Amino acid sequence: MTVPVLGTRGLTKRFPGVLALDGVDFELLPGEAHALVGENGAGKSTLIKVLTGVYQPDGGELRHHGEPARFATPLHAQRAGIATIYQEVDLLPLLSVARNLYLGREPKRFGLIDFARMHRDAARTLADYGVDVDVRRPLGTLSMGARQMVALARAVSARARVVIMDEPTSSLEPREVETLFGVIERLRGEGVAVVYVSHRLDELYRVCDRVTVLRDGRLVHRGAMADLERLRLVSLMLGRDMERVEREGATTFSGDREAWSGTPALEAEGLGARHRLHDVSLTVRPGEVVGLGGLLGSGRTETVKAIAGALPLDAGRVSVVGVPLRTGSTAAAIRAGVSLLPEDRKHEGIVPGLSIRENIALAAMPGLSRFGLVSERAVDRVVERFMERLRIKAVGPHQKVEELSGGNQQKVLLARWLALEPRVLLLDEPTRGIDVGAKAEVQRLVDELAEEGLAVLLVSSDLEELVEGADRVVVLRDGAVAGELVGDEVTEDSLLTAIARGGGEP
Amino acid sequence: MNLTLRGRPRVDREHVLLWMRDYGVYVGVALVVLFNVAFTPHFLTFENFRTQAVQVAPVLIVALGMALVIATGGIDLSVGSVMALSAAMISLYLGYGPLVAVLVAVGVGALAGAANGVLVAFAGVQAIIVTLAMMIGGRGLALVLLPQLDGVRNPDLRELGSGSFLAVPYVVWIAALLVAVVAFLVRRSVFGRRLVAVGGNRRAAELSGLPVRRVLLGVYALSGALAAVAGVLVTARLQAADPNSVGVLIELSAITAVVVGGTPLTGGRVRIAGTVAGAVLMQLLVATLIKHDLPPSWTQMAQTAVIIGAVYLARDRGRT
Amino acid sequence: MRTTVDGAGPRVGGRESARGVPWRELAARHGALVVLLLVVAVAGAVLDGFLAPGNLNRIAVSASFLAVIALGMTFVIITGGIDLSVGTVFALGGVLAAWASRYGELALMAVPLAVCGLIGLLNGVLIARARLAPFITTLATMLGAWGLMLSVSDEGNTTYLVADGLALSALVHGKLFGVLGYPFLLVVAVFVMGGLVLRRTTVGQHVYAVGGNERTAALMGVPVARTRIAVYTFSGLCAGTAGALNAVWLGSGVTIFGIGTELQAISAVVIGGTLLTGGYGFVGSTLVGVLLLGVIQNVINAVGSLTSAFQEVVSGLFLITVVLVQRRLSRGRDPG
Repeated sequence: MTVPVLGTRGLTKRFPGVLALDGVDFELLPGEAHALVGENGAGKSTLIKVLTGVYQPDGGELRHHGEPARFATPLHAQRAGIATIYQEVDLLPLLSVARNLYLGREPKRFGLIDFARMHRDAARTLADYGVDVDVRRPLGTLSMGARQMVALARAVSARARVVIMDEPTSSLEPREVETLFGVIERLRGEGVAVVYVSHRLDELYRVCDRVTVLRDGRLVHRGAMADLERLRLVSLMLGRDMERVEREGATTFSGDREAWSGTPALEAEGLGARHRLHDVSLTVRPGEVVGLGGLLGSGRTETVKAIAGALPLDAGRVSVVGVPLRTGSTAAAIRAGVSLLPEDRKHEGIVPGLSIRENIALAAMPGLSRFGLVSERAVDRVVERFMERLRIKAVGPHQKVEELSGGNQQKVLLARWLALEPRVLLLDEPTRGIDVGAKAEVQRLVDELAEEGLAVLLVSSDLEELVEGADRVVVLRDGAVAGELVGDEVTEDSLLTAIARGGGEP
Repeated sequence: MNLTLRGRPRVDREHVLLWMRDYGVYVGVALVVLFNVAFTPHFLTFENFRTQAVQVAPVLIVALGMALVIATGGIDLSVGSVMALSAAMISLYLGYGPLVAVLVAVGVGALAGAANGVLVAFAGVQAIIVTLAMMIGGRGLALVLLPQLDGVRNPDLRELGSGSFLAVPYVVWIAALLVAVVAFLVRRSVFGRRLVAVGGNRRAAELSGLPVRRVLLGVYALSGALAAVAGVLVTARLQAADPNSVGVLIELSAITAVVVGGTPLTGGRVRIAGTVAGAVLMQLLVATLIKHDLPPSWTQMAQTAVIIGAVYLARDRGRT
Repeated sequence: MRTTVDGAGPRVGGRESARGVPWRELAARHGALVVLLLVVAVAGAVLDGFLAPGNLNRIAVSASFLAVIALGMTFVIITGGIDLSVGTVFALGGVLAAWASRYGELALMAVPLAVCGLIGLLNGVLIARARLAPFITTLATMLGAWGLMLSVSDEGNTTYLVADGLALSALVHGKLFGVLGYPFLLVVAVFVMGGLVLRRTTVGQHVYAVGGNERTAALMGVPVARTRIAVYTFSGLCAGTAGALNAVWLGSGVTIFGIGTELQAISAVVIGGTLLTGGYGFVGSTLVGVLLLGVIQNVINAVGSLTSAFQEVVSGLFLITVVLVQRRLSRGRDPG
């Protein structure tokens, strides 16, 4: 029996308030391509970080060539032959390709770097990876695909025995993807083990021998890729056992609303952005909650960002209540009544050093001021109203937002947007990473807002949330609309199918 | 999960450091004052306070603008040169009357600041290099316009520089007024709220529809205008426009006042009271050392220690 | 399965399929040199005596001291840092050298190098280990170095003279073949060494890597903190050397000299084409930047009707133009 090159047993990793990994067993054999899948928060990236020495485990053990091992730093892991290729390639874009390839082990002659040899060797090495460029050029002038190949070549020529690839194809052209697959095939032939993380199911089935599925920090499945049916894989990832689908809903959404008619509050037509979105169209009527489903990386976040003017578009147009909107401007979108609750709360949402009060009033400031001076009373009124309505739990409105829990931070952001009295509310994963109580409250609120006539576009990875919260669900896949489910069609079953197969009607 | 405070329970030491970061400057001022009360003769005289206040006023005014710029995550090295430009303008336009001269001086200062702002906000060049270029070119321009020290003989300007109202010099009144105005701006105006948000999280500010570029432009223009006011006051007090030496190295004193006052260089916070205290602390520190016959070399080294200490306290702890 | 993409398929390689360095890269790297040659050509054609060997030597020698400072600054800036202390460290080095000259030539060089190197080391430790921001840290040590200089020079009241009859003094004032001053030859030598270290040694690769991306560099096995400490120490040593040589050149340790030199050094580095954001730059282009500033000064002095203040205006405009052009060029460096 082959000794696994890398493995874990009962691995546990805790963060304040979260159990990120809960007794995970993982096993990687030499020469295999192993798919690691799971939705956001499943523990994939935590597992990778433990394997590569970024985090230290809190419990369980890490085994390297069958021996207990400990990687104190990423460098230690690298020296042990474990390399990681991130989607944002971790190399130095301003340095030449050859220097990047050889940094730290440059060929020397008389104590000085031998450039002639370095360039020759680099060109030869890269040719094996299908990269034919002048290796003296800065790495940054290469396409993402070529950069990834350089990173791969660097890892392999540093005698990596394990290569972890995190979403390697997300920014590649189809042709580059083919090259990558060729390289993976070759690596496996040389006995290198590949951990392949991707949300593109087609790729997983094409490249990988075995699969490990994580959910909520636990191992939910491990086995041969070929034995795992596609629908079953998706249901494992999303945590919806097929048998349990009929079970009573656990969310706090009230259920069906009356169908609304009239002018759509939001119309998006043919949205296109290179590599990310292809001809995405959708409409939302006042009082309607439209869900936007799909796996991670399917273009959901990009779609809502494009509507809110935060992502430059190559094609398409957006209208609000029939009035066309200047795309690519957040200010114009906000004026038109479009509000986006971004997915990345920390980097795109809160201003951590400011108080709850300031954060809530941030976007609505023009309406809360006269002659450029803030009316404290108007701000107080708005802040008080929303802190009460959203039940924001804090010492007081002057507490800093960075000191709040995730759920309360999310409510503060919701308050910021509601204070603008928008017509269209775009919610990108509004309940991710927040505690159960806050989650229920946010869901109830979405319901109420729709009752009041707001048009809501809800992005969620939580199927239950989509099924019970949305009147209609548009399913995206690889940046394009893959199907739409209306009314009674919106069941977890059909959603799963649509996400997995990419068709509304199975 | 009510009132969940972030992260692990805070260690006491951490608490003390945080408190020191926010209030250390006041403790410093209090300590220096106490020391002086005990050991310095004639410290508690009105005359002494008056002298100290007059001396600190220009630095303080420049530091106000600097605090705003730093709150947006930028820096303004050009303030000293803007003072020189303003002094040159006073000399050149005094013929049209003191009021016109002062208005032109402040206007040119705001314009120079706006030029910085355009390059930072719209061309996306780093603040340090933009304002460095303005620092070099600005003083050069001032010297081209007014090649050497020029006596400014004007009764109104002399009154402005040396006169008093209610026994307090005009210079100090103006500094106090500007502190009040800037503090008001920061606390009460939309602009003030926005500039802190831009420094705190620029991406979030953009997504919230804030006019980020306009805010930056305004902040640099304001910093230029305030520096020009300082230039006017120094010129009026000296009764001479000296583009060669006015405001030399004042950017360092201003940055020091801001940093010692607890505004981090990374932006997202602004502390006007702290900045005032920072300027006062450095002023009193220097004055104390001089009064006790310690040589200037000591003052420099003492300032070094205070700055390093303040930066050490303010450094980003625990954030990854 | 083995897939290779041949030369006909440029997609994997990026935008340009042609081999060789693209023009943007050339412009970013040699733009300052082109401008320097242009300015020299125009000045030579218009101004009498500009191209006379004596005048050219004057430009070269007077640029020498700044050049040595700027060399250290180049290393610091490539790591993404900045060193504001070099101006006063330069002055301090001069005062220390003049003071120590009574104990002979060895002391003349050793004392300033030791003290200035220590100041650089302190900068490095504070920045790399205590993780303070380079800007404010070196601003503080600038004041500290100033204080030190004042205390050495009796609060600036004593100007030490460099002892007479030192061989070093003859050397600094000497000319090769009676034409080219030795200080500039020294600069050329130091820059060649600096260039070799930066481009052709592992240490040099580390300097680029730290400036390119600190986290990535650490993942690639680069000793980040040690590299940082080394460049700030080197910068201190460069400033000290320049100060000592300048004192020998002037015959005394002048205390007011050097204030503001750090800004000239930064300008020269940036004008040469080194990115202030780190990770990219060359020592050769820094030398070009220094010479360009020197030539501008010389030309403006030669044109009688212009005051020397004009030079500052031109330098300021130059600096901002260069940075704007750089931004345009580097925008093309990153394919969508």
